[in-house]
Amino acid sequence: MNTTDSFAGERLKLSPFHPRQSALNIRDAWGAWNGYKFADCYYDAEYEYFCIRNTCGTYDICPMQKYEISGRNAEAMLNRMVTRDVQKIKLNTVAYCVWCTDEGRMIDDGTIFKLSSDKFMLTCGSPCSDWLEKSVFGFEHVSIKDVTEEFAALSLQGPTSCAVLKKMGLDGIDTAKRFEIKQFPFHGATLMVSRTGFTGDLGYELWIQPTLALELWDELYAAGEDYGIQPYGEAATNMARLEAAFIMPAMEFNEALRTVHFEHDQTPFELNLGWLVDFKKPHFSGRNALLREKQRGSLYTLTKLDIEGNKPAVGSYIYQNRRCTREIGYVTSAMWSPAVKANIALAMIKTKHLKGELWAEIYYEKELRQYSRVARCRRKQKPFWAPARANATPPPDN
Amino acid sequence: MNDYDAIIIGAGHNGLTNAAYLAKAGLKVVVLEKNEYIGGAAVSRELHEGWIYSSCSYVCSMMRQALHRDLDLGRHGLLLVPYLGTINFGNHAERLFAYHDEEAAHLELKRHSPHDADAMHRFQTDLTRYSQLIRKTLLRTPPDPTSFRVRDIRELLYLAKQFWALGEKEIYEYVRFFTMSAAEYLEDYFENDLIKAAMASPGIIGTALGVYSPGSSYILLHHVMGDVDGSIGAWGLARGGMGAISNAIAGALKEHGGEIRTEAGVQRVLVTNRKAVGVILENGDEIRARVIVSNLDAKRTFTKIVDKNDLPEGIFEKAMNFKIRGSSGKVNIALSGMPKFTHVPDNRYLDRGGQGFAGSLETMERAYDCWKRGRWSDDPFIESVIPSAWDPTVAPPGKHWMSNFVQYCPAELADGPWTPEKRDQFGQTVIDKIERYSPGFKDLIVHMEVRTPHDIEEEIGLTEGNIFQGELTIDQLLFNRPFPGYAQYRMPVRNLYMCGSSTHPGGGVSAACGANAAREILMDLRRPNTVPEDDFYDE
Repeated sequence: MNTTDSFAGERLKLSPFHPRQSALNIRDAWGAWNGYKFADCYYDAEYEYFCIRNTCGTYDICPMQKYEISGRNAEAMLNRMVTRDVQKIKLNTVAYCVWCTDEGRMIDDGTIFKLSSDKFMLTCGSPCSDWLEKSVFGFEHVSIKDVTEEFAALSLQGPTSCAVLKKMGLDGIDTAKRFEIKQFPFHGATLMVSRTGFTGDLGYELWIQPTLALELWDELYAAGEDYGIQPYGEAATNMARLEAAFIMPAMEFNEALRTVHFEHDQTPFELNLGWLVDFKKPHFSGRNALLREKQRGSLYTLTKLDIEGNKPAVGSYIYQNRRCTREIGYVTSAMWSPAVKANIALAMIKTKHLKGELWAEIYYEKELRQYSRVARCRRKQKPFWAPARANATPPPDN
Repeated sequence: MNDYDAIIIGAGHNGLTNAAYLAKAGLKVVVLEKNEYIGGAAVSRELHEGWIYSSCSYVCSMMRQALHRDLDLGRHGLLLVPYLGTINFGNHAERLFAYHDEEAAHLELKRHSPHDADAMHRFQTDLTRYSQLIRKTLLRTPPDPTSFRVRDIRELLYLAKQFWALGEKEIYEYVRFFTMSAAEYLEDYFENDLIKAAMASPGIIGTALGVYSPGSSYILLHHVMGDVDGSIGAWGLARGGMGAISNAIAGALKEHGGEIRTEAGVQRVLVTNRKAVGVILENGDEIRARVIVSNLDAKRTFTKIVDKNDLPEGIFEKAMNFKIRGSSGKVNIALSGMPKFTHVPDNRYLDRGGQGFAGSLETMERAYDCWKRGRWSDDPFIESVIPSAWDPTVAPPGKHWMSNFVQYCPAELADGPWTPEKRDQFGQTVIDKIERYSPGFKDLIVHMEVRTPHDIEEEIGLTEGNIFQGELTIDQLLFNRPFPGYAQYRMPVRNLYMCGSSTHPGGGVSAACGANAAREILMDLRRPNTVPEDDFYDE
């Protein structure tokens, strides 16, 4: 009998945490991310979302792309690529960044870890070695290495996350400020912990060599037992990040290098990320186009909306008037927020119409019949969810 | 000269809500509370260091989302978390797990009775249909059916329209439903005794009725018509205990400029020329205001703090006869670890829900028989929840506390008044019962708070410790709550209003009573309305 798997070539890869995660995935709810088998949820998406807001949960970030950029000119090369001033990133901290095409259209967002004066780690949602190769052009003494599979990485988010790490024995973790990196000895290797995350809440990301993935998981879950630790998947992440008003690829923005139609991609200004664009630093990709946009104003602006009623405005158009005759934008993400108790959404709205009335035409289904409702929208300036604990140092224990 | 525009008596969640909406409209308000803490029956108390009990109400589902949203209670620290499935304990080894997941729940029902598993769909559908109708009335003032005012006629027409929309068959069913007992109603759906017991238990909670008493089916509905984030029938817990609800509302009240005074019990409402003009505190201080709002129950308001001579004829008698019988007790237990229950798998998600010790319909009816004879039941119905299983803020890590709602427990015992010894015996009965299902339970006990109806009345002022501020029977619902003719929050003395659960829509930590009363008060004072409408539409 043939024992080889004929379909091995098209099966998904398994994360180093998979043995533990599959045991806990009671609902067998799997999706995929960058070739990895990836949980949509484990037990109940809403329950997992509430663990992020009420206790703590872990999210597998092994499929996230990780690149090590090192060498004498690593900083200069990254500074040429991203819109933020990389020279300002302090040693052992993490900075959120975006990078653009020469036309100022956004390719992707990610984080830069400054690990030493000439060694950085770049993380991002989609593979980008192709763009990194282009960006290194003209820079000598820079080496780029895809280290995605050299790390097993786990995000630990929620109000009890610091208490769990303390219980695990990570002395001094409570002194880490937001975006700070700390290193701890772990079974003869080094466990890197950054106070980062994608939930807008208190949280950390843990980075370890893959051979120690299960040791890390087991110690973390043993410590977290009395603190409500629970794995969470894509569904809960998407809820939490929307409350924090964080953008998601293929939702708020279409990656520029995968955009077929003219200007169906976005710019950092349109996405409300103007604070990441530093015109005072040396030249960077997209600078001229972005400077022109800054002077002229952006066509669209990503806007946070609080919408009346309780039906999520998924896929809705935004209009200037209640009669819905003058369309001015579209909703990118929408949901009912259980923590805020509001019908929230992010929407791309034509900048010149932002100040006026905003109406969403919402479609919803009731026992197989479609209904629609026009609902007034109010603009919000701040993220829907931003608890004080997310920035507190030391953070509270619960 | 008035000191305030409005005085609200009692800092329970409805009093605070009422005050918040009046303050939001720009009125100068003060809430007077007899205890040194606020919250009334929605309260979190640290009675043993490190453990925080929701010492009275313990779960929540009725809380109006529209008010939560409008008062921005999330920003004021309120997070309501839905809880997962419940374990229902039969009298012997039978266990019914109400799993959160629909497929899992169906398979579990099938294990007990394939017939009942299928009938559950019909039951849920019917109950949802009935609950929709009531849900729509929660944040509305009930119409007066004898009035010809445009507003009342419009409200009556609104109700009639919702009613007719049910269709002919369902109208008959609905009327029947209102007058039936929970047990009879369930007969039409289920055959398995544990399933019936589990489904019937919401029909008796907080009420001096048995599962076979007419009217208990409405109470069943009252307990399943709430929701958490649109999931109707779901129950949630407040992070930090039920006091988090009161504290968040108090936060909103203070933000709007309102004032709260604790240890300021009201002795008497001052009435001059048939008009309420102020209050006299227990310490003798006098405070005057244009409007006096009582958040006390109807019986306490009209027999304790308003002079009988200041009332129109008949009101005192109505208040004396207001049906507010005490039928339940509460035992809060601090535990050194998570109790393990027999015949329950080691599934940690099951800990994150409730425990229902219902036994069978007969067990519950026998417990009711004890109450009728002025005794607590020796095999009581207990509805429990272990909030610390998911709330990291209410017990030290690894430690737990268990909230036990116990029915039945009379307000007055046949053999004389409640004494501390009798209270301890009542507590002992409860832990003896739990121990039967969880051997070793008693060894986990660190601290216990036992509350009889008598204690609840003494401490937070609910007459007979009735959790609803008056029973939810059809004679005391909608335009009959608290009394016919006085259902629109205005009381028989001018400028005196009621805003507590004695008014429509009744108990259950909904904040709707307080908000509805505020709307009426603002209308009388010719102020713009600040109270939102319910924000669900077309469910």
